[in-house]
Amino acid sequence: MNWMTTIFYFFGAITVLSALGILFTRNVLHATFLLMLSFFSVAGIYVLGNASFIGVTQLLIYVGGILILMVFGLMLTTKLNGKALVTENHNRLIGVLLGTVFFSILSYIIIFSANFEMLKSNKTLPENAVEFIGINLMSNYLIPFEIAAILLLVALIGAAVISEKRKEKQE
Amino acid sequence: MSNETASFGEILIYLIGGIVFISGGLFTAWIIRPKRPNEEKLTTYESGEDPLGGAWGQVNIRFYVIALIFLLFEVEIVFLFPWATVFGREELIEATDGLWGWVALSEMFVFIFILALGLAYAWRKGYLEWDKPEIKPSDFKGPVPTEKYNAINHKYSKFTSEQPKK
Repeated sequence: MNWMTTIFYFFGAITVLSALGILFTRNVLHATFLLMLSFFSVAGIYVLGNASFIGVTQLLIYVGGILILMVFGLMLTTKLNGKALVTENHNRLIGVLLGTVFFSILSYIIIFSANFEMLKSNKTLPENAVEFIGINLMSNYLIPFEIAAILLLVALIGAAVISEKRKEKQE
Repeated sequence: MSNETASFGEILIYLIGGIVFISGGLFTAWIIRPKRPNEEKLTTYESGEDPLGGAWGQVNIRFYVIALIFLLFEVEIVFLFPWATVFGREELIEATDGLWGWVALSEMFVFIFILALGLAYAWRKGYLEWDKPEIKPSDFKGPVPTEKYNAINHKYSKFTSEQPKK
C-alpha cells in the first residue's frame, strides 16, 4: 500500500466518520461543523482522483458558501431562545427500516451496475485540467457558459425577492 | 499521479503543519499551566463587558441576502479561474490571428455584466440596505449644566489630542 492509497483511505475514513457523526449528534451546530469536515475530505478525495478543479470548487462553493448559508439559516431560526438547538428522534423503527431498504437498493445498483472498467481504460487525462476546462469553456461550451450567467442572474433576483417577502411577513 | 495532484501534496503538508502547530501549542499550554478556575475566569471574554445571554441568539435576516449574493458571485469566481489561465495564452492568440483574446475577453465581460445586472437590481430595489436601529434622543435633562461639562472638557483637553466637543 503506497502513500497515495494511505491518504485516500485517510480522507475516506474522515468522510464516513464525520457523516456518521452528523447522524448521531443531537446538536445542530455540531452537525454543521461535521458536515464541513465531510465536505473537506471529499474535496481531498477529488484531488486524489486527478480532479483537482472539482476539489477546489468543492472547497470554494460547499465549504465556503453553502455551509455559511447553513450556519446563517441556523442563526436566523426563530426557535432560538438562548439554548442550543437540538434535534429529537421520532419514528425510529420506520426510519431505520426505510433507511436500510434505501441503502441496500443504492448499494445494489452501484455495485452491480457501475462500470469500474473506465478507470482501467487508456484514455489519457489532460495534463492541466484547468486550462483544458478554460479553453473548452471559451470555445465549445460558450453558449452554455453564458446561459449559466443568466441562470445565476435568475437565482440572484429570486433569492433577493424571496427574502424580502419573508421580512415583510415578520413585520 | 499527475504534477497537479503532486502539488496538492504541498497543501496537505501545510495543513498538517498548521494542525500540529496549533494542537502542539495548546497541548504544551495544557501541560504547564496552573488550573484554578473560578466563575469570573470561566465567563466569555467580551472586551471587559459581562456578556448578556448565550451565544444562541437570533441574527438579523439581512445577513441571509448578503450570503446568497456572495454565493452566486463565488460561482462566478469558479468560472473565472479556468478562463484566467487561458485567455491571454500567446500561442492561442497567434493561432487565431488575435481573435481568441478578444472573444474570450468580451465573453467574460458579457458574463460579468449579466451578473452585475442582478446586483444592480438588488441594489436598486433596496435589498442591500441595512435595517438601522432607530435612535431616539431622550428628553432627559441632567442636573449638571452643559457649561460645566464644556469647562471640564476644556480643562483636560491638553492631555488628549482630541478637541473638546461643543
